[in-house]
Amino acid sequence: MNRLQKLFQSKSKDILNIYITAGFPALHDTVSIVKKLDKAGVDIVEIGMPYSDPLADGETIQKSSMRALENGMNLSVLFEQVKEIRKEAEVPIVLMGYFNQLLQYGIERFLMQCESVGVDGLIIPDLPIDIYEMKYKALFDKSKLRLSFLITPQTPADRIKKIDLLSDGFIYMVSVNATTGTERNIDEQYFERIHNMDLNNPRLIGFGIKDRAGYEQANRFANGAIIGSAFIRHVDTFGAEEVATFINSIR
Amino acid sequence: MEERVKFTYPENGFYGEFGGAFIPELLQPCVEELQHNYLKIMSEPSFLYAFEGLLKDYVGRPTPLYYAQRMSDYYKSHIYLKREDLCHTGAHKVNNTIGQILMAQRLNKKRIIAETGAGQHGVATATVCALVGLECIVYMGEKDIARQAPNVKRMKMLGAEVRPARSGSKTLKDATNEAIRDWINNPEDTHYIIGSVVGPHPYPDMVTRFQSVISQEMKRQLMEKLGNENPTRIIACVGGGSNAAGAYFHYLEREEVELVSVEAAGLGVHSGKTAATSQIGTKGVIHGSMTLLMQTEDGQIVEPHSISAGLDYPGIGPLHAHLISANRAKVVAIEDDHAVKAAYLLAQKEGIIPALETSHALAALDKIELKPDDINVINLSGRGDKDLETFINFEGHE
Repeated sequence: MNRLQKLFQSKSKDILNIYITAGFPALHDTVSIVKKLDKAGVDIVEIGMPYSDPLADGETIQKSSMRALENGMNLSVLFEQVKEIRKEAEVPIVLMGYFNQLLQYGIERFLMQCESVGVDGLIIPDLPIDIYEMKYKALFDKSKLRLSFLITPQTPADRIKKIDLLSDGFIYMVSVNATTGTERNIDEQYFERIHNMDLNNPRLIGFGIKDRAGYEQANRFANGAIIGSAFIRHVDTFGAEEVATFINSIR
Repeated sequence: MEERVKFTYPENGFYGEFGGAFIPELLQPCVEELQHNYLKIMSEPSFLYAFEGLLKDYVGRPTPLYYAQRMSDYYKSHIYLKREDLCHTGAHKVNNTIGQILMAQRLNKKRIIAETGAGQHGVATATVCALVGLECIVYMGEKDIARQAPNVKRMKMLGAEVRPARSGSKTLKDATNEAIRDWINNPEDTHYIIGSVVGPHPYPDMVTRFQSVISQEMKRQLMEKLGNENPTRIIACVGGGSNAAGAYFHYLEREEVELVSVEAAGLGVHSGKTAATSQIGTKGVIHGSMTLLMQTEDGQIVEPHSISAGLDYPGIGPLHAHLISANRAKVVAIEDDHAVKAAYLLAQKEGIIPALETSHALAALDKIELKPDDINVINLSGRGDKDLETFINFEGHE
């Protein structure tokens, strides 16, 4: 069974999803960081496929992506790394990247590679549901990978329902109208509104969540939280070894 | 019977296989608001009245279609220049910013953002923001800020804030990324005035329509001068491609009119230092649009090179990708030094200093087989004051 599916069947609250840019801080740190995240009890690892022009990302992820690309990261290297990770760790892995990366690799080939190395899900922020449905859904439907689409505080209810129908991983609830890593006041009414919609998919809240308080707040309204920029800053400051210290500061 | 339309308008946001709106969900409300409203607003009589009035009295339209006698003698073929350089602010860019600022007002936006390469679009945006009294923030690559200093000063004098884009190649592509990120962070009160026929649907279509005044005037002016609306060919430079889109628009379905799109070859199409997007580019997504772009095998966007900041862009508008793929437009690539030579030629034959971008279109005259009876219209998209330093310092021209 898909590891994401399995996770959500056994766990419905306090889910912690940690994002790390592949190939950061050093090219081969991806493997050791993900293994350590697994050991530290993280529920999902989201691996960012570094991109030259990450539109939805704030400065922290932009910079980590630039460094990863300078380190020589690319999709072939990443797939080898996931294979290596899978020798030891069973934590669900979700890849996050931009649509152009899939297009150039070849969508079918990309999906097949993901499945064969042990990736469980995908987040492609610049593939909106309308174009997905019109042009690409048939391709994605052939694969067992789970897709997660984003919603934001501005997404209208009928669109959220459609996103819920098209998603089969989780709903990625963007906490604020901002790029990743932006700290803003959270509108709890939005969290509550979505909570009351009774969606099919589990909901994880991300963007701007950086510490225990943010994690706990997310858990009051959703099934869990996604932390990215704060973890990248931690690794950047204290080194790729210092994974557990960050996770222990969160829960 | 409905007229057959192959090129002029997108269908569901796509020109053939190019275009669309590949945007993060965060931008969906902003882009959707525009998609739902732009055609409706553009057809309102009060909008048209304001738009046409400002184009006439503020921009100075119609711009002349000038017969360049000494250039025609030199090339032994008829050469007409569509003088967009005579528009207020010195380039065609203002046609679009006038349209978009009126659009922003009707959408009740209070804050305007823009990206700029050469600074012409930044100046044109700062200008219309001053005109209507709206806050203006212009993103500009750090590298471009250095090489287009006069335009930076103009934007500041007009009351705009110029924010340097320090990511990536520090040029137009990165300024566009930063503007899009700003929009993500300020979705409710902000309108993003994109300067070219790039970006997510409806921008390519909306900007093309605002720029289409160029070919609308051309048709009438050619009829007056020659008794025929159709020239043999229209030549325009293409970075993102807004001046070309405007100069082509009313001729897109008239396949007897040749369209020549001139790209910046930089140091050479295959030198690794180029902006000849359609020749070395492949299909992909940039700035929310499926188009041709310069990228690696992994889909990482490649940093382009051109001496001209306005052509230094790794993509091309989806309309142009479609025109080129369908062989409706022919592509010519011009190298840096050739463009500079062409600028000197026009300056000394006609007393007109063209922008570096436009100089590429002029240089294309050397690469096309011109017949004595041909009517060649070159869209003289901008004036060259901003590029004086580059022209003067260029090797071989002291």
